[in-house]
Amino acid sequence: MENFFDFRLTVELLGYVQPMLIAGAVLGLVAGLLGPLVVTRKMAFAVHGTSELAFTGGAAALLIGIGVGYGALAGSVIAALLLGLLSRRDSDRDSVIGAILAFGLGLGVLFLALYKGRAANKFGLLTGQVVSVGSTDLWLLIGSSVAVLAVLAFIYRPLHFASVDAAVAVARGVPVRTLSVVFAVLVGVATALSVQLVGALLVLSLMITPAAAASRVTASPLKATVLAVVFAEVSVLGGMLLSLAPGMPVSAFVTAVSFFIYLVCRLMSGKRERVQ
Amino acid sequence: MTVWGKTAQVTDRSTRAAVALRGARLSYGDRVLWDGLDLDVAPGEFVAVLGPNGSGKTSLIRVLLGLQPLSAGTVHVAGGNRRIGYIPQQRAIDVSLTLRGRDLVGFGLDGHGWGVGWRNRRERRGKVDAALESVGAMRYADEPIGLLSGGEQQRLRVAQALVGDPEVLLCDEPLLSLDLANQRVVSDLIDARRRTADTAVLFVTHEINPILPLVDRVLYLVDGRFRIGPPAEVMTSRTLTELYRTNVEVVRVRDQIHVVGAQHVCEDEPHHVADEG
Repeated sequence: MENFFDFRLTVELLGYVQPMLIAGAVLGLVAGLLGPLVVTRKMAFAVHGTSELAFTGGAAALLIGIGVGYGALAGSVIAALLLGLLSRRDSDRDSVIGAILAFGLGLGVLFLALYKGRAANKFGLLTGQVVSVGSTDLWLLIGSSVAVLAVLAFIYRPLHFASVDAAVAVARGVPVRTLSVVFAVLVGVATALSVQLVGALLVLSLMITPAAAASRVTASPLKATVLAVVFAEVSVLGGMLLSLAPGMPVSAFVTAVSFFIYLVCRLMSGKRERVQ
Repeated sequence: MTVWGKTAQVTDRSTRAAVALRGARLSYGDRVLWDGLDLDVAPGEFVAVLGPNGSGKTSLIRVLLGLQPLSAGTVHVAGGNRRIGYIPQQRAIDVSLTLRGRDLVGFGLDGHGWGVGWRNRRERRGKVDAALESVGAMRYADEPIGLLSGGEQQRLRVAQALVGDPEVLLCDEPLLSLDLANQRVVSDLIDARRRTADTAVLFVTHEINPILPLVDRVLYLVDGRFRIGPPAEVMTSRTLTELYRTNVEVVRVRDQIHVVGAQHVCEDEPHHVADEG
């Protein structure tokens, strides 16, 4: 415990973890940009459900011996499509997610039970495992992220319109339903990428917490998005650096930092509301 | 003029109407909402659309917005759907929503366009400011929209509809759940727009009194039957008795019209274009 925040050890380890830091920075950007829309659309539970299905996909990949990243990606994209297509009405959404999530987790548990490899791989899927990000994984991550951001940039304005003001967006001819399925897939891809870093159980700390914190302190969508990116980057990179010296799981630190930011923002917004 | 359907742009100088329906029919299966509907709305004209629930008022708006194809007949809307302003009824907005009044108004300008929308930001801001100014909403344009009152939110809705410089304004119960003072403010803003910019107004409502002084003509829909004409002609005991096919009494008290008799004449059910399939 004496080297919990050993600065020299941290600096020594930096060289080894450079790919991981790049992965973290890219994920922070993607999660920070998607987060405010996810929060506005009240999709926190959908993100959680999607990440559990990414776990199922990852477990299936472990079992048949292909890259966990591809399995997670397949699992969460299938989940996103199912959620987008089955929950046409908002009132359905929670129960549809609940049903799919439970079944998916059960499948994942079965796959892990059948898997005879390293136990650490099993646990890592749920709680994060980025001990080393291989170069293949890194390129998959960067490529998928660029694709997500390119699609997001193209659909951003009508998607934002549809997210906050669906009735008028429909009246103006915005394809609201199609956009919601496309966005669910974007979130699915981002979730699958985050699963490799922080694990299926803790994806919310990247996708939801920074955006939720940002929305406490500003009503401007642009400022909220910029803040969400900053908060996500600070959480990811700060969490990774803090985890180096003690050699503890990254996810514990990432979630701690993002929750701390959230608490500070809540306190600030509490003050602001009392002043008004 | 734009024709909804295969032809994109048809110029027809013989009809100068902002909205033109010819032999329009709308039915879902066996159920006919209206049939043989001919309606010309002139630029600057204020037409109130009245009728009980399920009479097809909101469906008419959906047809004009291009969201619902007609079962028969044709519909023309001047300038196409990009030049339609749409004002929905006021509905509760989440207090934590990350959105300001000026963002809502901005969506009315180019929210449907693809991309991030960073080009022409200065010009865009000028147009949004002008729209906010025209409804007197500058003071709270940067407040979180969920913290505003219903009346303030509806003023922003008017600005959102006007910022695109519409030739046709479609209003779907915009006064619902507002108090009398705010009903007056919002309907006066709509009236001012059609007088200064010659914008045609179609105003769906279940309650004609707040807008009675502004209305040029009434379209009254009941169970597939309809009447079009000035309020003094349509809002009579005889006409409404014919429409409802039951004894209906129209009573004028001071400057107000009260319809007595048909149980389903007045209704308050909230509804919306987005809710119908």
